[in-house]
Amino acid sequence: MGAGHAHKLYRHGHSPVHGLPPHTKLAAVFCFVIVVVSTPREAMWAFALYAVLLAAVAYAARVPAGFLLKRLLIEIPFVAFAVLMPFVAQGERVDVLGMSLSVNGLWGAWNVLAKGTLGVAASVLLASTTELRELLLGLQRLRLPPLLVQIASFMIRYGDVITDEMRRMKIARESRGFEASGVKHWGVLAKSAGALFIRSYERGERVHLAMVSRGYAGSMPVIDDVSASRAQWSYALTLPCAALVVCLLGWLL
Amino acid sequence: MTVSPTPLSPASLEVGGLAYAYPDGHQALFGVDLTIGRGERVALLGPNGAGKTTLVLHLNGILTGGAGTVTVAGLPVGKRHMAEIRRKVGIVFQDPDDQLFMPTVREDVAFGPAAAGVKGPELEARVHKALAQVGMADFADRPPHHLSFGQRRRVAVATVLVMEPEILVLDEPSSNLDPASRRELADILRSLDVTVLMVTHDLPYALELCPRSVILSEGVIAADGTTGDLLADEDLMRAHRLELPFGFDPKSVKV
Ligand SMILES: Nc1ncnc2c1ncn2[C@@H]1O[C@H](COP(=O)(O)OP(=O)(O)O)[C@@H](O)[C@H]1O
Ligand SMILES: [Mg+2]
Repeated sequence: MGAGHAHKLYRHGHSPVHGLPPHTKLAAVFCFVIVVVSTPREAMWAFALYAVLLAAVAYAARVPAGFLLKRLLIEIPFVAFAVLMPFVAQGERVDVLGMSLSVNGLWGAWNVLAKGTLGVAASVLLASTTELRELLLGLQRLRLPPLLVQIASFMIRYGDVITDEMRRMKIARESRGFEASGVKHWGVLAKSAGALFIRSYERGERVHLAMVSRGYAGSMPVIDDVSASRAQWSYALTLPCAALVVCLLGWLL
Repeated sequence: MTVSPTPLSPASLEVGGLAYAYPDGHQALFGVDLTIGRGERVALLGPNGAGKTTLVLHLNGILTGGAGTVTVAGLPVGKRHMAEIRRKVGIVFQDPDDQLFMPTVREDVAFGPAAAGVKGPELEARVHKALAQVGMADFADRPPHHLSFGQRRRVAVATVLVMEPEILVLDEPSSNLDPASRRELADILRSLDVTVLMVTHDLPYALELCPRSVILSEGVIAADGTTGDLLADEDLMRAHRLELPFGFDPKSVKV
Protein backbone atom coordinates (compact mmCIF):
# COMPACT_ATOMS: atom_id res chain seq x y z
CA MET A 1 0.00 0.00 0.00
CA GLY A 2 1.64 3.21 -1.09
CA ALA A 3 0.82 6.52 0.46
CA GLY A 4 -1.13 9.00 -1.58
CA HIS A 5 -2.31 8.45 -5.10
CA ALA A 6 1.06 7.51 -6.43
CA HIS A 7 0.50 6.99 -10.12
CA LYS A 8 3.01 5.26 -12.33
CA LEU A 9 4.49 8.48 -13.67
CA TYR A 10 5.05 10.09 -10.30
CA ARG A 11 8.49 9.90 -8.78
CA HIS A 12 8.63 10.77 -5.12
CA GLY A 13 11.20 13.42 -4.21
CA HIS A 14 11.91 16.67 -2.44
CA SER A 15 13.53 18.69 -5.19
CA PRO A 16 12.79 22.40 -5.68
CA VAL A 17 10.63 21.39 -8.65
CA HIS A 18 8.60 18.96 -6.53
CA GLY A 19 8.07 21.73 -4.02
CA LEU A 20 6.57 24.25 -6.45
CA PRO A 21 2.83 24.88 -6.14
CA PRO A 22 1.07 22.74 -8.74
CA HIS A 23 -0.66 25.55 -10.61
CA THR A 24 2.64 27.32 -11.31
CA LYS A 25 4.00 24.12 -12.83
CA LEU A 26 0.86 23.59 -14.89
CA ALA A 27 1.04 27.13 -16.20
CA ALA A 28 4.73 26.76 -16.97
CA VAL A 29 4.29 23.55 -18.94
CA PHE A 30 1.30 24.95 -20.78
CA CYS A 31 3.21 28.08 -21.85
CA PHE A 32 6.29 26.07 -22.72
CA VAL A 33 4.29 23.81 -25.04
CA ILE A 34 2.64 26.81 -26.72
CA VAL A 35 6.02 28.43 -27.32
CA VAL A 36 7.49 25.20 -28.71
CA VAL A 37 4.56 24.65 -31.04
CA SER A 38 4.82 28.17 -32.43
CA THR A 39 8.52 27.86 -33.25
CA PRO A 40 9.29 27.67 -37.01
CA ARG A 41 10.22 24.10 -37.89
CA GLU A 42 13.27 25.21 -39.90
CA ALA A 43 15.00 26.54 -36.76
CA MET A 44 16.41 23.17 -35.81
CA TRP A 45 18.90 24.57 -33.33
CA ALA A 46 15.99 26.09 -31.37
CA PHE A 47 14.60 22.63 -30.67
CA ALA A 48 18.01 21.49 -29.48
CA LEU A 49 18.01 24.43 -27.05
CA TYR A 50 14.53 23.49 -25.80
CA ALA A 51 15.79 19.99 -25.12
CA VAL A 52 18.68 21.48 -23.16
CA LEU A 53 16.19 23.56 -21.13
CA LEU A 54 14.18 20.47 -20.29
CA ALA A 55 17.33 18.59 -19.36
CA ALA A 56 18.14 21.42 -16.94
CA VAL A 57 14.68 21.10 -15.39
CA ALA A 58 15.09 17.34 -15.10
CA TYR A 59 18.42 17.91 -13.40
CA ALA A 60 16.89 20.38 -10.93
CA ALA A 61 14.07 17.89 -10.28
CA ARG A 62 16.56 15.03 -9.86
CA VAL A 63 14.69 12.93 -12.37
CA PRO A 64 17.22 10.53 -13.94
CA ALA A 65 17.52 10.48 -17.73
CA GLY A 66 16.64 6.78 -17.91
CA PHE A 67 13.37 7.32 -16.04
CA LEU A 68 12.44 10.17 -18.35
CA LEU A 69 13.39 8.33 -21.55
CA LYS A 70 11.43 5.22 -20.57
CA ARG A 71 8.30 7.28 -20.04
CA LEU A 72 8.81 9.00 -23.37
CA LEU A 73 7.81 5.72 -24.98
CA ILE A 74 4.19 6.90 -24.76
CA GLU A 75 4.81 8.82 -27.92
CA ILE A 76 5.64 5.83 -30.11
CA PRO A 77 2.37 6.16 -32.06
CA PHE A 78 3.39 9.70 -33.02
CA VAL A 79 6.76 8.45 -34.17
CA ALA A 80 5.12 5.88 -36.41
CA PHE A 81 2.92 8.59 -37.87
CA ALA A 82 5.92 10.84 -38.45
CA VAL A 83 7.91 8.10 -40.14
CA LEU A 84 5.11 7.58 -42.64
CA MET A 85 4.84 11.21 -43.60
CA PRO A 86 7.85 11.51 -45.94
CA PHE A 87 6.52 8.55 -47.95
CA VAL A 88 2.98 9.70 -48.40
CA ALA A 89 3.26 13.50 -48.55
CA GLN A 90 2.99 15.31 -51.90
CA GLY A 91 5.28 17.83 -53.57
CA GLU A 92 8.99 18.17 -54.30
CA ARG A 93 10.98 14.96 -53.64
CA VAL A 94 14.56 14.08 -52.71
CA ASP A 95 16.42 10.80 -53.01
CA VAL A 96 17.73 9.26 -49.80
CA LEU A 97 19.40 5.87 -50.04
CA GLY A 98 17.65 5.28 -53.31
CA MET A 99 14.19 6.09 -51.92
CA SER A 100 12.27 9.03 -53.20
CA LEU A 101 10.98 11.03 -50.22
CA SER A 102 8.87 14.15 -50.10
CA VAL A 103 10.74 17.21 -48.85
CA ASN A 104 7.59 18.61 -47.40
CA GLY A 105 6.91 15.28 -45.75
CA LEU A 106 10.38 15.21 -44.22
CA TRP A 107 9.86 18.65 -42.73
CA GLY A 108 6.41 17.61 -41.55
CA ALA A 109 7.82 14.51 -39.89
CA TRP A 110 10.55 16.49 -38.20
CA ASN A 111 7.97 19.02 -37.05
CA VAL A 112 5.71 16.39 -35.46
CA LEU A 113 8.61 14.52 -33.96
CA ALA A 114 10.49 17.43 -32.47
CA LYS A 115 7.45 19.27 -31.10
CA GLY A 116 5.74 16.08 -29.98
CA THR A 117 8.79 14.82 -28.14
CA LEU A 118 9.35 18.14 -26.39
CA GLY A 119 5.68 18.40 -25.39
CA VAL A 120 5.57 14.86 -24.07
CA ALA A 121 8.88 15.32 -22.25
CA ALA A 122 7.60 18.47 -20.54
CA SER A 123 4.38 16.69 -19.52
CA VAL A 124 6.29 13.68 -18.23
CA LEU A 125 8.45 16.00 -16.15
CA LEU A 126 5.33 17.65 -14.74
CA ALA A 127 3.76 14.28 -13.95
CA SER A 128 6.88 12.88 -12.35
CA THR A 129 7.19 15.82 -9.99
CA THR A 130 3.50 16.41 -9.15
CA GLU A 131 1.04 14.07 -7.48
CA LEU A 132 -2.29 13.55 -9.17
CA ARG A 133 -4.05 15.07 -6.18
CA GLU A 134 -1.89 18.18 -6.44
CA LEU A 135 -2.51 18.44 -10.16
CA LEU A 136 -6.23 18.61 -9.46
CA LEU A 137 -5.74 21.32 -6.85
CA GLY A 138 -3.67 23.17 -9.42
CA LEU A 139 -6.38 22.89 -12.05
CA GLN A 140 -8.95 24.07 -9.52
CA ARG A 141 -6.71 26.99 -8.71
CA LEU A 142 -6.32 27.86 -12.38
CA ARG A 143 -10.12 28.28 -12.48
CA LEU A 144 -10.85 25.25 -14.61
CA PRO A 145 -14.61 24.58 -14.59
CA PRO A 146 -15.21 23.10 -11.10
CA LEU A 147 -17.39 20.36 -12.51
CA LEU A 148 -14.48 18.99 -14.56
CA VAL A 149 -12.21 19.02 -11.53
CA GLN A 150 -14.88 17.28 -9.46
CA ILE A 151 -15.33 14.59 -12.09
CA ALA A 152 -11.59 14.03 -12.20
CA SER A 153 -11.38 13.79 -8.39
CA PHE A 154 -14.17 11.24 -8.30
CA MET A 155 -12.43 9.24 -10.99
CA ILE A 156 -9.35 9.04 -8.80
CA ARG A 157 -11.32 8.19 -5.70
CA TYR A 158 -13.61 5.60 -7.21
CA GLY A 159 -11.39 4.17 -9.95
CA ASP A 160 -10.08 1.52 -7.58
CA VAL A 161 -13.51 0.83 -6.09
CA ILE A 162 -14.97 0.18 -9.53
CA THR A 163 -11.99 -1.85 -10.74
CA ASP A 164 -12.39 -3.91 -7.61
CA GLU A 165 -16.08 -4.41 -8.29
CA MET A 166 -15.18 -5.47 -11.83
CA ARG A 167 -12.64 -7.95 -10.50
CA ARG A 168 -15.20 -9.43 -8.08
CA MET A 169 -17.72 -9.86 -10.89
CA LYS A 170 -15.07 -11.58 -12.99
CA ILE A 171 -14.25 -13.94 -10.12
CA ALA A 172 -17.95 -14.65 -9.64
CA ARG A 173 -18.31 -15.45 -13.35
CA GLU A 174 -15.28 -17.69 -13.42
CA SER A 175 -16.28 -19.46 -10.20
CA ARG A 176 -19.36 -20.58 -12.02
CA GLY A 177 -17.29 -22.00 -14.82
CA PHE A 178 -17.47 -19.09 -17.25
CA GLU A 179 -14.45 -18.50 -19.44
CA ALA A 180 -14.61 -15.66 -21.95
CA SER A 181 -13.37 -17.23 -25.15
CA GLY A 182 -14.77 -15.81 -28.32
CA VAL A 183 -17.66 -13.95 -29.75
CA LYS A 184 -20.40 -16.16 -28.34
CA HIS A 185 -19.51 -14.99 -24.83
CA TRP A 186 -19.69 -11.30 -25.56
CA GLY A 187 -23.33 -11.31 -24.51
CA VAL A 188 -22.40 -12.31 -20.97
CA LEU A 189 -19.66 -9.69 -20.84
CA ALA A 190 -22.07 -7.05 -22.08
CA LYS A 191 -24.53 -7.96 -19.34
CA SER A 192 -21.76 -7.75 -16.75
CA ALA A 193 -20.86 -4.33 -18.06
CA GLY A 194 -24.51 -3.32 -17.76
CA ALA A 195 -24.65 -4.58 -14.17
CA LEU A 196 -21.46 -2.70 -13.40
CA PHE A 197 -22.93 0.46 -14.83
CA ILE A 198 -26.06 0.14 -12.71
CA ARG A 199 -24.04 -0.58 -9.58
CA SER A 200 -21.84 2.43 -10.25
CA TYR A 201 -24.86 4.58 -10.91
CA GLU A 202 -26.49 3.51 -7.65
CA ARG A 203 -23.26 4.12 -5.82
CA GLY A 204 -23.24 7.57 -7.34
CA GLU A 205 -26.67 8.20 -5.88
CA ARG A 206 -25.59 7.01 -2.44
CA VAL A 207 -22.43 9.11 -2.55
CA HIS A 208 -24.52 12.10 -3.50
CA LEU A 209 -26.78 11.48 -0.49
CA ALA A 210 -23.74 11.33 1.77
CA MET A 211 -22.41 14.56 0.30
CA VAL A 212 -25.71 16.38 0.70
CA SER A 213 -25.91 15.13 4.28
CA ARG A 214 -22.65 16.86 4.96
CA GLY A 215 -23.67 20.19 3.55
CA TYR A 216 -22.81 19.85 -0.15
CA ALA A 217 -24.75 22.42 -2.14
CA GLY A 218 -23.30 22.13 -5.63
CA SER A 219 -19.71 23.25 -5.24
CA MET A 220 -16.75 21.65 -3.57
CA PRO A 221 -15.51 23.57 -0.56
CA VAL A 222 -11.92 24.75 -0.81
CA ILE A 223 -9.95 22.73 1.72
CA ASP A 224 -6.38 23.24 0.63
CA ASP A 225 -5.91 26.65 -0.83
CA VAL A 226 -2.72 26.34 -2.81
CA SER A 227 -1.10 29.71 -3.24
CA ALA A 228 2.21 30.66 -4.79
CA SER A 229 4.58 33.44 -3.85
CA ARG A 230 6.02 35.76 -6.47
CA ALA A 231 9.36 33.96 -6.16
CA GLN A 232 7.73 30.60 -6.84
CA TRP A 233 5.95 31.97 -9.88
CA SER A 234 9.12 33.44 -11.31
CA TYR A 235 11.02 30.21 -10.62
CA ALA A 236 8.40 28.16 -12.43
CA LEU A 237 8.07 30.57 -15.32
CA THR A 238 11.82 30.61 -15.97
CA LEU A 239 11.30 27.65 -18.31
CA PRO A 240 8.69 29.17 -20.64
CA CYS A 241 10.44 32.57 -20.58
CA ALA A 242 13.75 31.07 -21.63
CA ALA A 243 11.88 29.11 -24.29
CA LEU A 244 10.20 32.29 -25.51
CA VAL A 245 13.56 33.97 -26.04
CA VAL A 246 14.71 30.97 -28.10
CA CYS A 247 11.48 31.06 -30.09
CA LEU A 248 11.79 34.76 -30.90
CA LEU A 249 15.36 34.23 -32.03
CA GLY A 250 14.09 31.40 -34.20
CA TRP A 251 11.70 33.76 -35.96
CA LEU A 252 14.24 36.58 -36.32
CA LEU A 253 17.24 34.60 -37.54
CA MET B 1 -31.86 3.51 32.18
CA THR B 2 -33.85 6.11 30.33
CA VAL B 3 -32.36 9.55 30.74
CA SER B 4 -35.23 11.97 30.95
CA PRO B 5 -34.31 15.22 29.26
CA THR B 6 -33.93 18.16 31.55
CA PRO B 7 -36.80 20.55 30.96
CA LEU B 8 -34.47 23.39 29.92
CA SER B 9 -32.72 21.67 27.03
CA PRO B 10 -35.05 20.42 24.30
CA ALA B 11 -34.83 16.75 23.32
CA SER B 12 -32.16 15.98 20.73
CA LEU B 13 -34.75 14.44 18.46
CA GLU B 14 -38.51 14.54 18.35
CA VAL B 15 -40.41 12.70 15.65
CA GLY B 16 -44.19 13.11 15.66
CA GLY B 17 -46.70 11.24 13.51
CA LEU B 18 -44.24 10.75 10.68
CA ALA B 19 -45.73 8.99 7.67
CA TYR B 20 -44.14 8.65 4.27
CA ALA B 21 -44.89 7.01 0.95
CA TYR B 22 -42.25 6.70 -1.76
CA PRO B 23 -43.09 8.32 -5.12
CA ASP B 24 -43.92 4.88 -6.52
CA GLY B 25 -46.75 4.68 -3.99
CA HIS B 26 -45.11 2.25 -1.59
CA GLN B 27 -45.85 3.44 1.94
CA ALA B 28 -42.84 2.89 4.19
CA LEU B 29 -43.74 4.80 7.38
CA PHE B 30 -47.18 4.87 9.01
CA GLY B 31 -46.99 7.44 11.82
CA VAL B 32 -43.75 7.13 13.75
CA ASP B 33 -43.45 8.79 17.17
CA LEU B 34 -40.06 8.87 18.82
CA THR B 35 -38.36 11.18 21.32
CA ILE B 36 -34.69 10.93 22.19
CA GLY B 37 -33.32 12.99 25.04
CA ARG B 38 -29.98 14.71 24.98
CA GLY B 39 -27.11 12.31 25.67
CA GLU B 40 -29.16 9.13 25.25
CA ARG B 41 -27.91 6.17 23.21
CA VAL B 42 -30.83 4.44 21.53
CA ALA B 43 -30.87 1.40 19.25
CA LEU B 44 -33.37 1.31 16.40
CA LEU B 45 -34.12 -2.35 15.75
CA GLY B 46 -36.23 -3.84 13.04
CA PRO B 47 -36.32 -6.46 10.31
CA ASN B 48 -35.27 -5.74 6.73
CA GLY B 49 -37.69 -3.46 4.96
CA ALA B 50 -39.15 -2.12 8.22
CA GLY B 51 -38.47 1.45 7.15
CA LYS B 52 -35.37 2.14 9.25
CA THR B 53 -33.36 3.76 6.50
CA THR B 54 -36.41 5.70 5.37
CA LEU B 55 -36.77 7.08 8.89
CA VAL B 56 -33.06 7.97 9.04
CA LEU B 57 -33.30 9.90 5.76
CA HIS B 58 -36.05 12.02 7.29
CA LEU B 59 -33.89 13.08 10.20
CA ASN B 60 -31.78 15.47 8.13
CA GLY B 61 -34.38 16.37 5.55
CA ILE B 62 -33.15 14.23 2.64
CA LEU B 63 -36.68 12.87 2.44
CA THR B 64 -39.53 15.26 3.16
CA GLY B 65 -43.06 15.77 2.04
CA GLY B 66 -44.88 13.16 4.09
CA ALA B 67 -47.13 13.83 7.09
CA GLY B 68 -45.79 14.60 10.56
CA THR B 69 -42.89 16.54 12.02
CA VAL B 70 -39.23 16.03 12.84
CA THR B 71 -37.54 18.39 15.29
CA VAL B 72 -33.84 18.40 16.09
CA ALA B 73 -32.87 20.19 19.30
CA GLY B 74 -35.98 22.32 19.00
CA LEU B 75 -35.38 23.18 15.34
CA PRO B 76 -37.99 21.89 12.88
CA VAL B 77 -36.55 20.01 9.89
CA GLY B 78 -37.52 21.92 6.78
CA LYS B 79 -36.27 24.10 3.96
CA ARG B 80 -35.70 27.08 6.21
CA HIS B 81 -32.99 25.61 8.45
CA MET B 82 -31.60 22.92 6.18
CA ALA B 83 -27.91 23.82 6.51
CA GLU B 84 -28.22 24.07 10.28
CA ILE B 85 -30.11 20.76 10.47
CA ARG B 86 -27.51 18.95 8.37
CA ARG B 87 -24.83 20.22 10.72
CA LYS B 88 -26.74 19.02 13.79
CA VAL B 89 -27.65 15.58 12.47
CA GLY B 90 -24.61 13.50 11.60
CA ILE B 91 -25.50 10.42 9.57
CA VAL B 92 -22.96 7.63 9.11
CA PHE B 93 -24.14 5.57 6.16
CA GLN B 94 -23.82 1.85 5.94
CA ASP B 95 -21.10 1.61 3.30
CA PRO B 96 -18.03 3.71 4.16
CA ASP B 97 -17.12 3.80 0.47
CA ASP B 98 -20.21 5.93 -0.06
CA GLN B 99 -19.41 8.15 2.87
CA LEU B 100 -15.74 8.72 2.08
CA PHE B 101 -15.66 10.38 -1.30
CA MET B 102 -12.60 12.60 -1.11
CA PRO B 103 -9.09 11.60 -2.21
CA THR B 104 -7.57 11.66 1.28
CA VAL B 105 -8.85 11.02 4.79
CA ARG B 106 -7.99 14.54 5.88
CA GLU B 107 -9.90 16.17 3.04
CA ASP B 108 -12.84 13.90 3.63
CA VAL B 109 -13.09 14.86 7.28
CA ALA B 110 -12.61 18.51 6.34
CA PHE B 111 -15.40 18.42 3.75
CA GLY B 112 -18.33 19.16 6.07
CA PRO B 113 -16.82 22.05 8.04
CA ALA B 114 -15.24 23.51 4.89
CA ALA B 115 -18.66 23.49 3.23
CA ALA B 116 -19.88 25.39 6.28
CA GLY B 117 -17.17 28.00 5.76
CA VAL B 118 -14.56 26.94 8.32
CA LYS B 119 -11.02 27.31 7.02
CA GLY B 120 -7.34 27.67 7.86
CA PRO B 121 -5.94 26.63 11.23
CA GLU B 122 -9.39 26.21 12.78
CA LEU B 123 -10.32 23.69 10.08
CA GLU B 124 -7.03 21.88 10.61
CA ALA B 125 -7.61 21.73 14.36
CA ARG B 126 -11.12 20.38 14.03
CA VAL B 127 -10.08 17.72 11.55
CA HIS B 128 -7.28 16.63 13.83
CA LYS B 129 -9.55 16.50 16.86
CA ALA B 130 -12.16 14.38 15.07
CA LEU B 131 -9.56 11.97 13.73
CA ALA B 132 -8.00 11.68 17.17
CA GLN B 133 -11.41 10.86 18.67
CA VAL B 134 -11.64 7.79 16.46
CA GLY B 135 -7.95 6.92 16.76
CA MET B 136 -7.14 7.66 13.13
CA ALA B 137 -4.98 10.78 13.44
CA ASP B 138 -1.98 8.99 11.91
CA PHE B 139 -3.87 8.21 8.74
CA ALA B 140 -4.80 11.75 7.72
CA ASP B 141 -2.93 11.74 4.42
CA ARG B 142 -3.89 8.24 3.31
CA PRO B 143 -6.47 7.69 0.60
CA PRO B 144 -9.59 6.06 2.10
CA HIS B 145 -9.48 3.04 -0.19
CA HIS B 146 -6.13 2.00 1.23
CA LEU B 147 -7.60 1.56 4.71
CA SER B 148 -9.10 -1.57 6.20
CA PHE B 149 -12.86 -1.74 6.41
CA GLY B 150 -12.85 -1.09 10.15
CA GLN B 151 -10.60 1.92 9.71
CA ARG B 152 -12.84 3.28 6.99
CA ARG B 153 -15.84 2.94 9.24
CA ARG B 154 -14.01 4.90 11.94
CA VAL B 155 -13.05 7.63 9.50
CA ALA B 156 -16.69 7.75 8.41
CA VAL B 157 -17.62 8.41 12.03
CA ALA B 158 -14.98 11.15 12.16
CA THR B 159 -16.39 12.88 9.07
CA VAL B 160 -19.58 13.36 11.06
CA LEU B 161 -18.07 14.07 14.48
CA VAL B 162 -16.09 16.95 13.01
CA MET B 163 -19.42 18.76 12.56
CA GLU B 164 -19.96 18.58 16.32
CA PRO B 165 -23.45 17.15 15.78
CA GLU B 166 -26.34 17.23 18.21
CA ILE B 167 -27.16 13.64 17.31
CA LEU B 168 -25.11 10.92 15.70
CA VAL B 169 -27.09 8.49 13.54
CA LEU B 170 -25.41 5.26 12.48
CA ASP B 171 -26.93 2.93 9.89
CA GLU B 172 -25.78 -0.64 10.63
CA PRO B 173 -22.45 0.37 12.16
CA SER B 174 -21.27 -3.14 12.99
CA SER B 175 -21.97 -4.72 9.60
CA ASN B 176 -18.92 -6.26 7.91
CA LEU B 177 -16.67 -5.61 10.91
CA ASP B 178 -14.48 -8.31 12.40
CA PRO B 179 -14.79 -8.76 16.19
CA ALA B 180 -11.78 -6.57 16.99
CA SER B 181 -12.96 -3.67 14.80
CA ARG B 182 -16.42 -4.11 16.24
CA ARG B 183 -15.10 -3.71 19.76
CA GLU B 184 -12.90 -0.73 18.80
CA LEU B 185 -15.91 1.02 17.31
CA ALA B 186 -17.94 0.26 20.43
CA ASP B 187 -15.22 1.79 22.61
CA ILE B 188 -15.20 4.89 20.45
CA LEU B 189 -18.98 5.27 20.48
CA ARG B 190 -19.06 4.81 24.24
CA SER B 191 -16.40 7.47 24.76
CA LEU B 192 -18.35 10.13 22.84
CA ASP B 193 -20.41 12.67 24.64
CA VAL B 194 -23.19 12.89 22.08
CA THR B 195 -26.72 11.60 21.52
CA VAL B 196 -26.63 8.41 19.44
CA LEU B 197 -29.30 6.68 17.37
CA MET B 198 -27.97 3.37 16.13
CA VAL B 199 -29.81 1.38 13.46
CA THR B 200 -28.84 -2.26 13.76
CA HIS B 201 -29.64 -5.93 13.38
CA ASP B 202 -26.82 -6.79 15.70
CA LEU B 203 -28.76 -7.35 18.91
CA PRO B 204 -25.78 -8.08 21.20
CA TYR B 205 -24.20 -4.86 19.96
CA ALA B 206 -27.37 -2.95 20.78
CA LEU B 207 -27.38 -4.46 24.25
CA GLU B 208 -23.73 -3.60 24.77
CA LEU B 209 -24.02 0.02 23.68
CA CYS B 210 -27.58 1.25 24.05
CA PRO B 211 -29.50 1.29 27.32
CA ARG B 212 -32.71 1.92 25.38
CA SER B 213 -34.09 0.34 22.21
CA VAL B 214 -37.08 0.88 19.96
CA ILE B 215 -38.40 -1.64 17.48
CA LEU B 216 -39.58 -0.32 14.13
CA SER B 217 -41.79 -2.80 12.34
CA GLU B 218 -43.98 -2.31 9.29
CA GLY B 219 -43.57 1.43 9.49
CA VAL B 220 -44.53 1.99 13.12
CA ILE B 221 -42.74 1.89 16.47
CA ALA B 222 -43.82 -1.48 17.84
CA ALA B 223 -41.94 -1.39 21.13
CA ASP B 224 -39.88 1.04 23.19
CA GLY B 225 -38.02 0.08 26.36
CA THR B 226 -34.85 -1.02 28.04
CA THR B 227 -32.76 -3.04 25.61
CA GLY B 228 -32.38 -5.91 28.07
CA ASP B 229 -36.15 -6.18 28.57
CA LEU B 230 -36.93 -6.09 24.86
CA LEU B 231 -34.36 -8.70 23.93
CA ALA B 232 -35.57 -10.98 26.74
CA ASP B 233 -39.16 -10.88 25.44
CA GLU B 234 -39.10 -13.87 23.11
CA ASP B 235 -42.61 -13.42 21.72
CA LEU B 236 -41.94 -9.79 20.87
CA MET B 237 -38.67 -10.65 19.17
CA ARG B 238 -40.21 -13.45 17.13
CA ALA B 239 -43.15 -11.28 16.08
CA HIS B 240 -40.72 -8.81 14.50
CA ARG B 241 -38.30 -11.25 12.92
CA LEU B 242 -35.52 -10.30 15.32
CA GLU B 243 -33.31 -13.22 16.26
CA LEU B 244 -30.55 -13.46 18.79
CA PRO B 245 -27.36 -15.24 17.78
CA PHE B 246 -27.20 -18.92 18.72
CA GLY B 247 -26.46 -19.41 22.40
CA PHE B 248 -26.79 -15.74 23.31
CA ASP B 249 -28.88 -15.13 26.41
CA PRO B 250 -29.56 -11.45 27.05
CA LYS B 251 -30.53 -12.18 30.66
CA SER B 252 -27.10 -13.57 31.42
CA VAL B 253 -25.28 -10.46 30.19
CA LYS B 254 -24.35 -7.85 32.75
CA VAL B 255 -24.25 -4.45 31.13
N1 LIG C 1 -36.51 4.47 -3.28
C1 LIG C 1 -37.53 3.66 -2.92
N2 LIG C 1 -38.64 3.60 -3.68
C2 LIG C 1 -39.66 2.80 -3.32
N3 LIG C 1 -39.70 2.03 -2.25
C3 LIG C 1 -38.62 2.03 -1.44
C4 LIG C 1 -37.48 2.84 -1.73
N4 LIG C 1 -36.56 2.65 -0.77
C5 LIG C 1 -37.10 1.76 0.09
N5 LIG C 1 -38.35 1.40 -0.30
C6 LIG C 1 -39.24 0.46 0.38
O1 LIG C 1 -39.59 1.01 1.64
C7 LIG C 1 -39.59 0.02 2.63
C8 LIG C 1 -38.66 0.41 3.77
O2 LIG C 1 -37.35 0.42 3.26
P1 LIG C 1 -36.08 0.79 4.15
O3 LIG C 1 -36.38 2.04 4.88
O4 LIG C 1 -34.90 0.79 3.26
O5 LIG C 1 -36.02 -0.45 5.15
P2 LIG C 1 -34.87 -0.91 6.16
O6 LIG C 1 -33.78 0.08 6.12
O7 LIG C 1 -35.56 -0.99 7.48
O8 LIG C 1 -34.44 -2.26 5.71
C9 LIG C 1 -39.19 -1.28 1.97
O9 LIG C 1 -40.37 -2.04 1.73
C10 LIG C 1 -38.57 -0.86 0.68
O10 LIG C 1 -38.80 -1.80 -0.33
MG1 LIG D 1 -31.66 -0.07 5.59
